[in-house]
Amino acid sequence: MDGLNQSAVSGLLRFITAGSVDDGKSTLIGRLLFDSKTLHEDQLSAIEASSRKRGMQSVDLSLLTDGLSAEREQGITIDVAYRYFSTPSRKFIVGDSPGHIQYTRNMVTAASTADVAVILVDAESGVKTQTRRHLYLAHWVGVSRVVFAVNKMDTIGHDQTAFELIRDSLIDLARGIGYEAVDVIPVSALHGDNVVNRGDNMPWYLGSTLLEYLEQVPGAHDSSNQIFRFSVQRVLRVNRDNVQRCSDFENMDCRGYQGLILSGTVQVGDQIAVSQNGSQATVERILLSNKEFGQSATSGQSVTIFLEHDIDVSRGYTFSKSDQPMSVARDLDAALCWFDEVPFDGSKTYLMKHGSDSVRVKVKEIQYRVDVDSLEKLDAEHRMVMNDIARIQLRSQRDIAFDKFTVNRQTGVFILIDEINNHTVAAGTIQ
Amino acid sequence: MNKLVDNLNNPDDVRLSSLSHLESLESESIHILREVASECENPALLFSGGKDSAVVLHLALKAFYPERLPFTLLHVDTEHNYPEVIQYRDAVVSHNELKLIVASVGDSIKKGRVHLRAENEPRNKHQTVTLLDAIEEHGFDVCIGGARRDEEKARAKERIFSFRDEFGQWDPKNQRPELWNLYNARVFPGENIRVFPISNWTEEDVWEYIKREDIQLPSIYFSHRRSVVRRNSLLVPITDLTPPLDGEDVEEMFVRFRTVGDITCTAPVASSARSIDEIIFETKTTRVTERGATRLDDQTSEASMELRKKEGYF
Ligand SMILES: Nc1nc2c(ncn2[C@@H]2O[C@H](COP(=O)(O)OP(=O)(O)O)[C@@H](O)[C@H]2O)c(=O)[nH]1
Repeated sequence: MDGLNQSAVSGLLRFITAGSVDDGKSTLIGRLLFDSKTLHEDQLSAIEASSRKRGMQSVDLSLLTDGLSAEREQGITIDVAYRYFSTPSRKFIVGDSPGHIQYTRNMVTAASTADVAVILVDAESGVKTQTRRHLYLAHWVGVSRVVFAVNKMDTIGHDQTAFELIRDSLIDLARGIGYEAVDVIPVSALHGDNVVNRGDNMPWYLGSTLLEYLEQVPGAHDSSNQIFRFSVQRVLRVNRDNVQRCSDFENMDCRGYQGLILSGTVQVGDQIAVSQNGSQATVERILLSNKEFGQSATSGQSVTIFLEHDIDVSRGYTFSKSDQPMSVARDLDAALCWFDEVPFDGSKTYLMKHGSDSVRVKVKEIQYRVDVDSLEKLDAEHRMVMNDIARIQLRSQRDIAFDKFTVNRQTGVFILIDEINNHTVAAGTIQ
Repeated sequence: MNKLVDNLNNPDDVRLSSLSHLESLESESIHILREVASECENPALLFSGGKDSAVVLHLALKAFYPERLPFTLLHVDTEHNYPEVIQYRDAVVSHNELKLIVASVGDSIKKGRVHLRAENEPRNKHQTVTLLDAIEEHGFDVCIGGARRDEEKARAKERIFSFRDEFGQWDPKNQRPELWNLYNARVFPGENIRVFPISNWTEEDVWEYIKREDIQLPSIYFSHRRSVVRRNSLLVPITDLTPPLDGEDVEEMFVRFRTVGDITCTAPVASSARSIDEIIFETKTTRVTERGATRLDDQTSEASMELRKKEGYF
């Protein structure tokens, strides 16, 4: 299989499931939970009762993902539902994404924290507009691995040749969008083939079942091998009057910098630079979450960094290694997805949240919009409405420190907030 | 001098450095708590003495260590408590020298803000009024809660930073997009954000973490003898507030609580688990979800949690 590397598996995998309405997403998730024996009796008896109420002979697994009454009233799934299950080898967080175009913002919410996208495709009817849209958007927020579940293989007689045709076109499509790893699995969610169990209907298929794939695929979020980036969330000030009762912390009157290591690793003795003002200092100590000092810390850890001498640092500043600086600029190129029902307003300033930094920005120019279906450029005329994706130029009130999104998924992303109503109106990636 | 280059060339180092699932969950929660402290003016941490709020408090103490907690604790008290839980709550507060505000449903009843239909009825849903009044009285812009998405299907859909309007209401049809780890904590006066730092934890994760961190809990989380009756496939504890009904047989059993709350609507499960390891084993092998096994109030309607949340519940 593409890009699978058994030894690199880590404890937690976050994935989304997406696809066009009726391609079988609910059934597939139900099947995954049911056959991996992660369902509880009360959940099962609840769907048995609902199935009976609806006059069905057998249990309808898709009822497991039944949504809120607010959604049932409208008959569509509005927002992502998070589901949790585990097998002996791994824990999974599933972001079950809504299909409807109106709720694109919720689909990208789910995708933005995912390591892998599981995209459903109906074997008979093939790729639909929504499928393509989801595929594009998942990649757009940073998912680099996709696995297609070509579902309802029973409806095409479990035919190998037909599957291979679909497979090849899906691989082309996903590679065209830019996915690094693409896998395609023929399944029947209804009957269970190749979801958790192999089944007898497709002996010609020799690859992994969907669950085997999910158990083995690396979590793409492991960015410890990248360049070191640390975003200061908070300045910790230690003095006698504000220490915790049960603290055995000895150094008083010092400052530490609390935050998340966005990528890379840092060690005591490293020379770091503050991207915003160029000051430099040496890492003196690293306080880990276990309240002990460590020699080093890595991507994904929330830590407190103490420097050998005090420099000017506040929330929103970023640390890098002195010899691996970030880019610093006021003018940025970005790909933006507009979420809000109120269209973009070119005369306004918006508040940009980027790492722990907040800064006002203006959109100077909209270069083009992207037709997610054909992947073609559309002209823009300085307007963006809900669900538009556009290539834009931003100008910020002051310098910001960043990396391009293609280089660093953590430091190359931002959201825009409209300060008039506090809505999160857009998200962007720095190009 | 540059270790990173070595890392790049040596994939083994990279693999060693990846975090375990508990480490990633902990780190995410700490990041969230630090965002709250930095972005919000007057946050309250909801602390009931239950295991989930004990975990959130533990995470918060770690997040700001060695600095004092930048939050006030708020307990929305139904007054339908097991004494062990209140003793525990007070012990934790004094041990750590924390600031606790207790807002009680009893006071809301006295003030005429809450009307009971039956004297000993469950006060779970009434907590909403007490909570919203406390938010207003103390001007909290954020309430940090210990709810988890794996608990219930309305929770499964909620954001980590969940916006509530000036009436405390949650609008599930119109949640703010929440991408990557960039949270929008902005509110206008009167509005409120509920923040759920352990959204992504499961019941099993919580127990594994309690073990790893040696977090103390109220004793009723562990197996103990208790008088109960069997009612609708649940065990109902016999207390002054919950006497047996006519014809019910009172039994003495070994039980523990998987969740603690209002006495009148929280059921224990039969269990001989006296240690955390035994509880973890039971959690891994149980056939019933936490709420399914323990909540007398959520079973009345498929949507009861959703309705309560829309009205301003936790
Ligand atoms: N024949 C067949 N039907 C399926 C399969 N998977 C799902 N379906 C049916 O397709 C319909 C839509 O499935 P559902 O899971 O609700 O789709 P969703 O809208 O993507 O969640 C239902 O009638 C399912 O029973 C499959 O593998 N084979």
